[in-house]
Amino acid sequence: MQIVLAILIGAAFGFVLDRVGATNPNVIGGMLTLRRLRLMKTILLAIGTGSILMFGGQMLGLVDVAHMSVKASYIGVFIGGLLLGAGWAASGYCPGTGVCAVGAGRKDAFFYIAGGLLGAAAYMATYPAWKASGLLDDIAGGKVTLGAVPGSEFDGLFAVSGDLLGIALGLVFVLVAFVLPENISGARAQEVPAE
Amino acid sequence: MTLNWKLGGLLLGAVFFAAVLLVKPIGVSTQFVILDGIIADTVATDFITQTDEGYSSTNAYMAKSGGKYAKNAANPLNYSFVFVLAMVGGAFLSSMLRGGLSKEERSAPAIWRANYGDTPWKRYAVAFLGGFVVLYGARLAGGCTSGHMMSGMMQTSLSGYIFAAGAFLTAVPTAMLMYKEG
Repeated sequence: MQIVLAILIGAAFGFVLDRVGATNPNVIGGMLTLRRLRLMKTILLAIGTGSILMFGGQMLGLVDVAHMSVKASYIGVFIGGLLLGAGWAASGYCPGTGVCAVGAGRKDAFFYIAGGLLGAAAYMATYPAWKASGLLDDIAGGKVTLGAVPGSEFDGLFAVSGDLLGIALGLVFVLVAFVLPENISGARAQEVPAE
Repeated sequence: MTLNWKLGGLLLGAVFFAAVLLVKPIGVSTQFVILDGIIADTVATDFITQTDEGYSSTNAYMAKSGGKYAKNAANPLNYSFVFVLAMVGGAFLSSMLRGGLSKEERSAPAIWRANYGDTPWKRYAVAFLGGFVVLYGARLAGGCTSGHMMSGMMQTSLSGYIFAAGAFLTAVPTAMLMYKEG
């Protein structure tokens, strides 16, 4: 059953990522140079929609709170984010969209995946040094959500209802998606053919 | 054809929700480690070992958290790995349905050509290096754009916000420096 769900949800995710332009380095480049922000609006709306449905469903008892999976906070999250951001901008792919781009028929994405496998292997080899540095040690409580979510195994950073905060933040994401202009870098707003 | 951002955002949000409703939040970058583990164990059969308690590995990262990664690499037909393979299939289907890519676009995207001309091998080198840096960073961060930014921020996870701040801090200037045209 789990495998059937993996195929269905995975295929749906890959399909939609392709349809919103996330597998296309031209679209990613447009977003990260702030010249074409439609994909940013899409992603903000998606996070907001997901958040409202998930926390709303949890409050109504329709969604199992145990399905939540919160990652730990540590200094390495920020350093890793800095590295990922640079590589993401240079290549136009993140791990998920790079894999999808192979499916979409992009040859350069094969090289991206090969580099990614080597990069992941390099991290595996250097993991003990990172571990010893203390940069992987939890900060701010480690696996925490911003508010305390009833029934979850995670602590809340702030003593507010995590459900309500989740829905409120979800609404903020949706609102920002709507008010964000499609272009904020001004001068260079011309359209580039997507394919 | 690219979807209208409102419809695209709602559909993408629905997929995030379906994942957490039925199984667990979406994540991708761990599976690069799992594939590395599968490859390493094929080349050196003692890379992953079965123990009384479960699985372990000669690599400290594969062996961490009670051999969780080692176990998944030894049994690749698991949810998270099949999920990523299915993503490739989904993207392939979408691409075929919209008519696929032009020959030029397949080898190097238009934004690359606008800045660096018809230099596909240079593009491949940058894609390779980019992949290396992205996955090294994603593993250091414990997740990527999917796990931290989309799934993480959806769940109001603090780590998702820390990750997104780091990623955009370098992504925007890098993109602006490298891709002045297009």
